[in-house]
Amino acid sequence: MEKIYFDNGATTCIDNEVLEEMMPYYNKYYGNPSSLHSFGVDAANAIDISRMKIAKILNAKQDEIIFTSGGTESDNLALKGISYSFKEKINTKDNHIITSSIEHPAIIETCKYLQNQGYNVKYLPVDKYGLVKIDDLENAITKNTFLISIMYANNEIGTIEPIKDIGKIAKKYGIIFHTDAVQAVCKTPIDIKKLNIDLLSISSHKIYGPKGIGVLFVKNGIEVIPIIHGGGHEKNIRSGTLNTPGIVGIGKACELGQNRMNIDIPHIKKLRDKLINNLLKISDTYLNGHPTKRLVNNINFHVKNIDGESLLMMLDEKGIATSTGSACSSKKLYSSHVLKELGLNQNQLQSSLRLTLGRENSEEEILYASELIPKVVKKLRQISPI
Amino acid sequence: MKIEYTKIVKDHFYNPRNVGEIKDANGIGTVGSKTCGDVMTIYLRIEKKIIKDISFKTYGCAAAIASGSIATEIAKGMKIQDAMGLTREDIAKKLGGLPEFKMHCSNLAADAIHKAIKDYTKKLKE
Repeated sequence: MEKIYFDNGATTCIDNEVLEEMMPYYNKYYGNPSSLHSFGVDAANAIDISRMKIAKILNAKQDEIIFTSGGTESDNLALKGISYSFKEKINTKDNHIITSSIEHPAIIETCKYLQNQGYNVKYLPVDKYGLVKIDDLENAITKNTFLISIMYANNEIGTIEPIKDIGKIAKKYGIIFHTDAVQAVCKTPIDIKKLNIDLLSISSHKIYGPKGIGVLFVKNGIEVIPIIHGGGHEKNIRSGTLNTPGIVGIGKACELGQNRMNIDIPHIKKLRDKLINNLLKISDTYLNGHPTKRLVNNINFHVKNIDGESLLMMLDEKGIATSTGSACSSKKLYSSHVLKELGLNQNQLQSSLRLTLGRENSEEEILYASELIPKVVKKLRQISPI
Repeated sequence: MKIEYTKIVKDHFYNPRNVGEIKDANGIGTVGSKTCGDVMTIYLRIEKKIIKDISFKTYGCAAAIASGSIATEIAKGMKIQDAMGLTREDIAKKLGGLPEFKMHCSNLAADAIHKAIKDYTKKLKE
């Protein structure tokens, strides 16, 4: 059996169609899209087309799409850019920004930075499935709250937050609503108008596009102060010569993702449910996250008295790539803040493993994993004194 | 910082030696705790102050399992007073090194061997 990749939440393999579409923009249409000559115009036209494709999948307008270097920059730009436009709030009391306690580090760390700048941030707790409670959100709102940032779906446990309800609350109180949709784009249809979303972050490499490119959707009329200054690109919100091949790539990836959603979603969901079902047959094994309000490709589970890192390494030796918590935290020692917030104890979070499937995975791979994982668990339990 | 294990660590992790319990063990030592990550039990069969047989069981990461495995190979046949002198550094060195942050929590074998020997000498006095 060839190697099996179950870590699509960390990154995906670039789609061949995406790569092919990008290539000419490296060595044929390499002009600077800001240039007035034909080289520049060719590049600028390609960027317009990409902007259109991305706007389409969100039901947004073309000029509401701002290109960035990735999901992390999009999150930074959203939070800092909005906060800087509310500088007068700094010396006021109560919550300025409301977010959740299970956000990606790109949000959490940016919020901590903003706290150092004098902004007050409220981190909402979540229930045992990872869901934000709407009552908690409404109770946290004060007259000085100007931004709500809640992720669309969690990267570790795949829980999909009640975005529609959050959007309604934000609209009711006239508060700007940003969502980090890095894990959700192309896995669930997103309509920014129906959901009352004002800003939304996208990363290309999670949706079979190239690395190093992302998008921040900014609804027209919302002021975002730039965090990178220069030639005034992207409506003066994000300076820097546009990454034409990357932009062509993310546009194509969004288009493909949109077109294939009705094939990909049922395919991946079927595989996921089969694997979850088989994994839960292992004694003392539990699913982390929500049973149904869950990204179609996410499996996160813990096996009692099994060390997640040992399980990961034994599976890797047999050709299955998985992750413990998130890719960022596997280098730190057992520190998933997300699993902690769900109420898992140290032992349970240390015994957790994440499998994130993709469109390339097959039924055969699921069967192989379903046979192998219980064997590895058995081996580790034989070694264990507890 | 990246977790890079040496070939020796990987070998002992994927193919651990001397795993399990010794039925007629006369010294048993368990160290670590489930809540802080790793647990290791060492079983000893000591005859004439020499470790005749040794086995281990470990709950924890690859470093914890590999250090248990290699420690059994190091300690087998050792005089107990020499085994009492084994250190965490000795074990890590034999493994070709361990990542710095794994030294504290996962490198439990030397402690477990000392505890098992103390268990043996305590039983002798009783």
